[in-house]
Parts: sequence; structure tokens; C-alpha cells
Amino acid sequence: MSAVRTLAFRRFLQAVGPVDTVGVEERVAKYGTRSIKRQAKVFGLKLAVSMVDQTTLEGKDTTGKVAALCAKAVRPDDRDEDGLGCPPVAAVCVYPSMVAAARRALGPDSPVRIASVATAFPSGQAPLTTRLAEVRAAVGAGADEIDMVINRGAFLAGDFTRVGDEISAVRDACGRAALKVILETSELETYDAIRTASFLALRRLRPGDFIKTSTGKTSANATLGNNQVMLDAIRDHYLASGVAIGMKPAGGIRTAKQALTFLIAVKETLGDAWLTNTRYRFGASSLLNDLLRQLEKERTGAYQAPYRFSEATESY
Amino acid sequence: MPRLPIAKTPKVYVGGAFIRSESGRTFPLRDARGRLIGHVPQCTRKDLRNAVEAAAKAGPGWARRTAYNRGQILYRLAEMIEARTAELSRALAPATNRAAAREVAASVDRLIHYAGWADKCEQALGSVNAVAGPFFNFTTSEPMGVIGVIAPAECPLLALVSLIAPAIVSGNTVVALASEPRPYAAIVLGEMLATSDLPGGVVNLLTGLRRELLPTFASHAHLRALSGVANGEERTALERGSADSIRRVRLLAAEEPRDWFADSAQGLPMIRELVEFKTTWHPVGA
Repeated sequence: MSAVRTLAFRRFLQAVGPVDTVGVEERVAKYGTRSIKRQAKVFGLKLAVSMVDQTTLEGKDTTGKVAALCAKAVRPDDRDEDGLGCPPVAAVCVYPSMVAAARRALGPDSPVRIASVATAFPSGQAPLTTRLAEVRAAVGAGADEIDMVINRGAFLAGDFTRVGDEISAVRDACGRAALKVILETSELETYDAIRTASFLALRRLRPGDFIKTSTGKTSANATLGNNQVMLDAIRDHYLASGVAIGMKPAGGIRTAKQALTFLIAVKETLGDAWLTNTRYRFGASSLLNDLLRQLEKERTGAYQAPYRFSEATESY
Repeated sequence: MPRLPIAKTPKVYVGGAFIRSESGRTFPLRDARGRLIGHVPQCTRKDLRNAVEAAAKAGPGWARRTAYNRGQILYRLAEMIEARTAELSRALAPATNRAAAREVAASVDRLIHYAGWADKCEQALGSVNAVAGPFFNFTTSEPMGVIGVIAPAECPLLALVSLIAPAIVSGNTVVALASEPRPYAAIVLGEMLATSDLPGGVVNLLTGLRRELLPTFASHAHLRALSGVANGEERTALERGSADSIRRVRLLAAEEPRDWFADSAQGLPMIRELVEFKTTWHPVGA
């Protein structure tokens, strides 16, 4: 590394500051002890439904599966005849090749937005021009939001300028579409690195954009710990610059209880202003079914069987 | 040097682990002479919910095993109990030594009985049906899913085993509530289940108060069937709750005397009551 780059690197790290790992772990452990019952629980569950980015990112995705996903996204609970009990989800999240199918299924002015992963998701290991072309193609096909992955190789090699410049290039390619920057926390190893990467992204993003924990394609996914580190970064960035950026944990959030715990973290770190789907999202494929199951439990008082909420669940 | 005795903390066997109640509550258990045996977990509806989740998770894997393998595992469980007869007999206090030993022996025999049925019940339950057309038409049995078992007060080991074994032999998994006045045998049975090759979560044993747990057994939609012994008032509540989820209920009347040692307390009918039948049509020659 050249002397100039080393200096810039050190200055950036100094400005961002370190993370108190033990403090973060201790703090997030306490979120699980909050007791949320009755009306507060129903409120939290419905809020979580409205924040879900209903996701399918598989090689075996078909237009039919995407259409089914969209139907569920618009009206998550098919017993909810008038649609008053349960809000639609925030967005569906698909591969770029499925954006057009999702747009056909949802129609031009659906309350459910279309998010598309792009930039050679999940590895990001493609030339920048290819990645930018993919972003433009997804936006052209009708995507409202783009989920990009950062260049982890460049980040771990210390080439922060390149990471930041690539985020800027993708942001510009997005046009009016919102951008979500996936840090892939499991590949960044430490909380310090997650905080550093968060700031690299935060300083390039516009209001309405998001930072996101993971692709969901690696062994480790969103945890309360890395969610907390990123929320703290968003708060510090907001206090310093006045720019409010959203947050999206993704991968590994499967149960309603987990989702409520994440919402507690949001409320106690960023406050009520972030308890909306314009600033907080859950990237998940199976969370929605458990949220619906728990809402039905609150409505009827009886524990519900999971196979009543999705044909994909093993019916045991 | 005098040695400090190590007393065992009674814990229930759920999801392949020994746990306390999530509530932290226990109730004291005393022997015939009023000496404290231990504090047994007083499980709650949330413990029941967690046990059902554990049973559902273990279910597909257990059902996929070959019937032959399930039989081997039940036989292994019988071996484990046979080897620890003395310990299990003590857990049946206040029964006399002789009565307790007889109950343990009968429980072992009952497991052997159902172990034998494991790879034979399909032949006895299934059928090839005559139909007026060029089709093979055959009926096979499939496990139902998670079964709720409610054990009676009497025969705390034999009755529990007699209710659990016919449920799991066909590939179901079980959440069982042990005898309320004499739950200690179920605690010890859990320790034997853990060493018997039975996958964790196939049998989940809860101890606690019937009046606290039966309402949740009645309403829990994930339980595919209820099997056990209940009094008139309990049966009404359980049947009413089961009507909402269209669930199968097979409850024996607690008011009637019952001989758990009799041959009539075991057999194919007990297995048949906890399976679903599937009939398949297949064109001849295709």
C-alpha cells in the first residue's frame, strides 16, 4: 500500500472508531428479556409483517413461483377477507431475471415494492461494468429497489476507496430506485470491520437507502450483534450528518419472536422514527409464515400448526 | 473424608435434552413416608408449545426411517429399561418392591410387543382392494404427526409406555403428560429414552398439573390426535377443543377400572387408531 493510501486508511479508521465488542454482546443479550404481550405483541407482529422483504433467491425460481410470492405479499393472510387485519409486506425480493415477472404479477402501482439483488449477487465477483449493467437492467425491468453487495475482497485488502467508489457508481446507476448495500457481515469477521464498512456505505448513500447485513447465502447470517453495530453506525451517521439511512437485517430471521427482538433493538437504538418500512426491513423467506401463525394465535388463543400457513412447510 | 451426597435434579426430557420448566416452577414429590424425593418441573403451556415444536422437528426424520429400524430402536429401549429395572422400580414408589418390579417387567414386555409390530403392522393394516376396473388399488398407512398423550394417574410407567409405544411405532412423534400424582417414573424413563438410539424429540415427556396443561392440549392445532385417559369433565373440554381443529380424539374414561397388564391393553388396534390411511389407484400394465 502506498504511503498516501495508508494515511487515508488510518484517518478513516480513526474517524469511524472501534466497537466495544463485549458491550455490544451484553446489550443485545438484554433485548431478549423484554416482555411483549397482547396489544403490544399484535402491534409488533403487524409492524414486522409490513417490514418483510419477502424473498426468493434460488436457482430453481420460476415465474410461477414469483407470481405466487407476489400474491402472498399483497395479501399475506388469505383468511383476512377485507385486508384490514394484516398489512401487505414491504417488498418482494428476487433475482434481476424475475423482476419483469414480479412487475406483471403486482401491476404498475402496487403497494408492494419490487427489490432486486444485483451486482453479481451473492459474491460480487464480476467486473464493475457487468455489475453496473445488471443494476440498470433490473431498474429498467421495473425494480423499485436494488440490493447490491460490496466488494469484500477490496475491503479486506484495505482498498476502502475502491469499495466506496463502487458503491457510488451503483448508486448513480440506480437512478430513482432505492439502494440497499449488503455488507455480508459474516465475511467481514469483526465488529470493527462491520462498523467501518457501514460508514463506507453510509457516507455514499441518499436518504431512503439502506444498509443490509447479509446475502443469506453464507453460513452466518444476521445476528442481533451485527444488527446492533450497524444500527449504532446509522445513529452516529445521522447525528453527525442529519441523513437518515435505513437498515435491513437478512438471513436467519425465521421466527416472530426473533423479529420482535430485532424491533426492540431498533426502538431502543434509533427510536420510533425508524419503526417504519421506509427505514427498517427484514430480508426473509420463511419469517412471514411464522408472523401470520403468531397473529392467528393471538386472534384465536390457540397455538397454530405451521402447515396451515404455507404449502411449502413439511406437513408433519 | 465424609462425602457430600449428590442429589439428582429431576428434569423433563424434551427435544432430546433434559430441561426445567421455562417458568422455573416445580412441585415437591414425597415418598410414602413423607420424605422429599425431589422437586419435579411444573410445566406450563409454553413448555407444551416448545415440546410440540421439538416433536414436529423430529417427525419427518423418524417417519422416514424404515419400519424395521424403528422396531430395532424400540427393542433397544426395552433393553435399556431391563438393565435399569432396579432404578425404575424405586421411581415407582410408593408401590411395593414386588408391584413395582412387576410393572417394570410388563413395560419392557409391552415395548417388545410393539417392537415386533413395527415392520408387520403395515401388512396387517394395509390392503390390496378389488375394484371394478383395470386398476391396482391399494391402501397403505401413514403416520399422523404429533400425538398428544395424556397418561392416567395409575400405573405411571406401564400406562405411559402403553400409550406412547403404539403411537411412535408407526412413525408418529409424541408429547406426553405424565401421571400427575406419581410423575417420577416418567423422569427416569426420560433418561432411558436418551440412551436408547431414539432420536431426540420423538418422545417428549412433560410433568405438571392436568388442570394447567389440558386446556392447551385441547386447543393446540398442531397436535394431530389426542390419546390418553381423562375424566368426564376433561373429556368434554378436550373433545370440544379438538372439534375446532378437526382432530382425532381417542380418550379412555378415567372413571372405569382398567387393567393395564392385560393382553387387551396392547395390540394392533392401538396402532391403527393413530395412523392415516392412503388409498392409491394405479393403472394396470402402465
